[in-house]
Amino acid sequence: MTNSWMDIKNADVVWIMGGNAAEAHPCGFKWVTEAKAERGAKLMVVDPRFNRSAAMADHYAPIRSGSDITFLSAVINHLLTNDKIHKEYVRHYTNAAFIVKDEYEFNEGLFSGYDESKRSYDRSTWEYKFGPDGFAIRDMTLSDPRCVFQLMKKHFAQYTPELVQRVCGTPKDKFLKVAEWVASTANGERAMTIMYALGWTQHSHGAQNIRCAAMIQLLCGNIGIPGGGVNALRGHSNVQGITDVGTLTAAIPGYLALPTEQEPTLESHLSKRAFKPLTPNQTSYWQNYRKFYVSFLKTQFGANATKENEFGYNYLPKLDGIYDCIKMFDLMHQGKTNGLICQGFNPLMAIPNSNKSREALSKLKFLVSMDPIETDTARFWENHGEFNNVDPAKIQTEVFMLPVTSFAEEEGSVTNSSRLIQWRWKAADPYYESKTDIDILADLFVRMRKMYEKDGGKGKDAILAVDWSYKDPLHPSVDELQAELNGRALVDLKDAEGKVVRAAGQRLASFGEMRDDGSTDGCMWIYTGFYGPTGNMAQRRDNSDPSGLGVYQNWGFSWPANRRIQYNRASADPDGKPWSEAKKYMYWNGERWTGPDVPDYVPTIPPERAVGPFIMNAEGVSRLWVRGLMADGPFPVHMEPFESPVPNLVFPKLKGNPVARVFKNDMEALGASKDFPIVGTTYRLTEHFHYWTKSVHANAVMQPEFFVELSEELAREKGIRHGQMVRIWSKRGEVKGKAVVTKRIKPFMIDGKPVHQVGLPLNFGFIGETKKASPINGLTSAIGDSNSQTPEYKAFLVNIEPIAGPVA
Amino acid sequence: MFTPVPNPTTNPGPAKFGEQDLIRRSASTVTPPAKRQTEVAKLIDVSKCIGCKACQVACLEWNNLTEEVGINVGVYDNPHDLTPNTWTLMRYTEYENAETGNLEWLIRKDGCMHCEDPGCLKACPAPGAIVQYSNGIVDFVHDKCIGCGYCVKGCPFNIPRISKVDAKAYKCTLCVDRVAVGQGPACQKACPTQAIVFGTKDEMKQWADHRIKDLKSRGFKNAGLYDPPGVKGTHVMYVLQHNDKPQIYAGLPNNPSISPVVELWKGATKYAGLTAIGAFAAIGFLHHLLTGANRVSAEDEKNAERLTEGRS
Repeated sequence: MTNSWMDIKNADVVWIMGGNAAEAHPCGFKWVTEAKAERGAKLMVVDPRFNRSAAMADHYAPIRSGSDITFLSAVINHLLTNDKIHKEYVRHYTNAAFIVKDEYEFNEGLFSGYDESKRSYDRSTWEYKFGPDGFAIRDMTLSDPRCVFQLMKKHFAQYTPELVQRVCGTPKDKFLKVAEWVASTANGERAMTIMYALGWTQHSHGAQNIRCAAMIQLLCGNIGIPGGGVNALRGHSNVQGITDVGTLTAAIPGYLALPTEQEPTLESHLSKRAFKPLTPNQTSYWQNYRKFYVSFLKTQFGANATKENEFGYNYLPKLDGIYDCIKMFDLMHQGKTNGLICQGFNPLMAIPNSNKSREALSKLKFLVSMDPIETDTARFWENHGEFNNVDPAKIQTEVFMLPVTSFAEEEGSVTNSSRLIQWRWKAADPYYESKTDIDILADLFVRMRKMYEKDGGKGKDAILAVDWSYKDPLHPSVDELQAELNGRALVDLKDAEGKVVRAAGQRLASFGEMRDDGSTDGCMWIYTGFYGPTGNMAQRRDNSDPSGLGVYQNWGFSWPANRRIQYNRASADPDGKPWSEAKKYMYWNGERWTGPDVPDYVPTIPPERAVGPFIMNAEGVSRLWVRGLMADGPFPVHMEPFESPVPNLVFPKLKGNPVARVFKNDMEALGASKDFPIVGTTYRLTEHFHYWTKSVHANAVMQPEFFVELSEELAREKGIRHGQMVRIWSKRGEVKGKAVVTKRIKPFMIDGKPVHQVGLPLNFGFIGETKKASPINGLTSAIGDSNSQTPEYKAFLVNIEPIAGPVA
Repeated sequence: MFTPVPNPTTNPGPAKFGEQDLIRRSASTVTPPAKRQTEVAKLIDVSKCIGCKACQVACLEWNNLTEEVGINVGVYDNPHDLTPNTWTLMRYTEYENAETGNLEWLIRKDGCMHCEDPGCLKACPAPGAIVQYSNGIVDFVHDKCIGCGYCVKGCPFNIPRISKVDAKAYKCTLCVDRVAVGQGPACQKACPTQAIVFGTKDEMKQWADHRIKDLKSRGFKNAGLYDPPGVKGTHVMYVLQHNDKPQIYAGLPNNPSISPVVELWKGATKYAGLTAIGAFAAIGFLHHLLTGANRVSAEDEKNAERLTEGRS
């Protein structure tokens, strides 16, 4: 989230799209009800289903799953053509004024540089035009035909309300009401928050959905202000934390990059990431990348990281590609993987195309499941009738189940969607022989290292170089691990005058203290300060809120630097004055930046220096046009899902996302709309948490059995009765469940033809207290977003039929 | 935000109310306390309810109830009705508002309304099996319950359920045990959106006014407070978007009142009945004098044990 959960109460318009906060985030949703009840905020929900969030909404607009880009692009077009934008914000705080290279082109849905054979773009033309001084050329009047603003007007002109009705199936009047409510916040006096989740990300063009949202918020001036923002609602209590700490396939902690094969030396890696400012006077904070990287290496390799050996850079693996879960399972399926450790992971349920996953798991030599509960994956080899129809005799995979403590049985921190790090004290003793994840991994590491010491092997040097100097190597303490995340001074750190500012051994108070000469460590710069010299900030529990804006500055610690709203310099105009009294937040008081939050800016830089508010970007401003930073285009374009009931009505030449990675067997497993005319979409239910709580009795009572939601119209067409068993199948697999026939789903009229959609809750499986069900991902396709590889769970094609028999 | 009931001290202290605060006791008379306690109420704001069922789970957990894992019958309501173990239940209604053309998903938390004039208590023939405290809470006293089911007939909201295991009636207690030590009900504590709030009845009415104003500003011109006069008001109240049509909320009665049968039973019939009972008692006494008392045999004990097994 750019803002915080609590900040949602400051919104005047709340827009939920690509998510269902009331269903999946009921506790956070309280801030929506708060904004409505106490502020008179309006809530609008755009979703394929009239869902629990829609039940709370002042306005609901239906949309065919997978057509979001057209809807959102039409909102952008509405703002531009009706001149409903926050002009000063757009002019000064976005790259609207930047001139784009002459070679950049856009034609029939494709940008310049497309190579069909490689399914990728050469992005070199997606760049600014630079002047002789090396800085990007701008036209602050926004009138140059090659400036981003004018290119945008041209690019989005075709996305009309009529097109929305034709492509998305959203009635024109319902669309226009959304657009008008958005426009009502483009003035610095009112704010709109956008709340989204996996309904936007789980598409082959998911990242571009979110791009659209960012552009809308920038045009309205809704980034950096209270009640604004683009707010990603994370799906687990600590998924923000695990993303931060580096479980992304190509990242090390703190969103720094893992080296690639093209970067054999530390300098070759760092020189690609110099982040020189693109306009004069800009902060371009990523220029400090080098300090964060070296500090990470010092934590990882300790005394074995020296200037002479490039701080141990050569010990890091060099990627030859990305290894996301789809790729991992494809490799496994090809028989190229020996073992898999699932730590709190149930991939048989979670990964697309379960039949492929099951075959892949069957080819492993060993599978380790580290989990507090028994998972379906750990029992993939067991026959559960039609729900997991395997022959155990034919599966040679050896399965180890290691019982792990649950969150309540160990202490540690959890980072929520607000980037807020909060401590959790241990509440109960572990059951039986279960151990913490830390203890299991430490034991594994120490044993493996001993084996390398004795027998040698590939990568021995790196394994032996790892700094494992914990007091008890088998039980690294939470205190030691936190200090590693936070970072320490390894020698006395002195300022320019030679004064010691941080004594050797002390923990760092901020990432601003990190250095690139090996004199500091700290493996996750963004968290630095949460466990600083004054102690564990995550444990703070002061719920006072002097500003009344829900900042709660002394509750926990919000990364980075305990900042609650990111880009908050943008809450003031270029002169440093609040845009309005209603949205007063951070401002220049004549001497420094002040307000209820930690300024996202150097606090003493006066407004007249014209340093842009988006200090992480080399431009100093935000990007309406993203240069070459995204794989599938500098602007969004309408792309259909890979399985779609209709061809691309906007750009007929495009099939799916033209640059998404598609493995051969996944392309073959795509169904056609003549055989599978119905759109399927998966989601969770509020009564359950993923695949965990089907093992909890009370949750199983609340939603006991897998079901399918379908419209009354489809039920009539197929002869399906309420509560009857139905079969749903795709090109890849089938599931059976009860029919929930509902008015909350309606067929869409797409290009003059009715298109049906069915809703498929994902929480059920064959292990647990709920009625047995096949994994819902038996239906879904293993094609992911071209930027993030997030699978396309939200839009695929199925068919449905009733199963004869009495209504249960 | 309604300021929630703060967490009370964990130090043990005296209960805030008890036997001495009873204002009604089934099939018996009580001396009303000199001073009535401040009336409490739970306010359920249907317009803020997301139907997450956290209240349902909290109720099971706090009251140590175990419900069966059922099946899906084509709706979100689970279980499908109140049971001796499910004292509160979310009921979902898909309502097509003809006036606006909009679909509304109305989600009502069903359970005991804690009537000021409780039909269950009036109908109950077992002395002291149903009691009403002066703060308004209506509670079932299970060791006095005879399982006759009259409370079910007496309830205008169809709430109590008779257990097949121990043949006693069960329903929401308004967490009488929590309220007695200064806490709010478990459902209220678990509700993430403050669709359930708890406080004094006056506070709840005021808070409801605040909510109704907001709903009216959003076009719900018939928004209102459901505190039905037919039972002299309730200690569980609803804020409804359409207070002119309570029945669209999964059959919430428009004008609930105690069944005339119960009123009759407690009226003229009662005295006629009492006379008859007196006569039978006299005959019984005479019979006792002549033939002696009935004895409980060992076999009777065994049967009783078998019947009560499995109920914790």
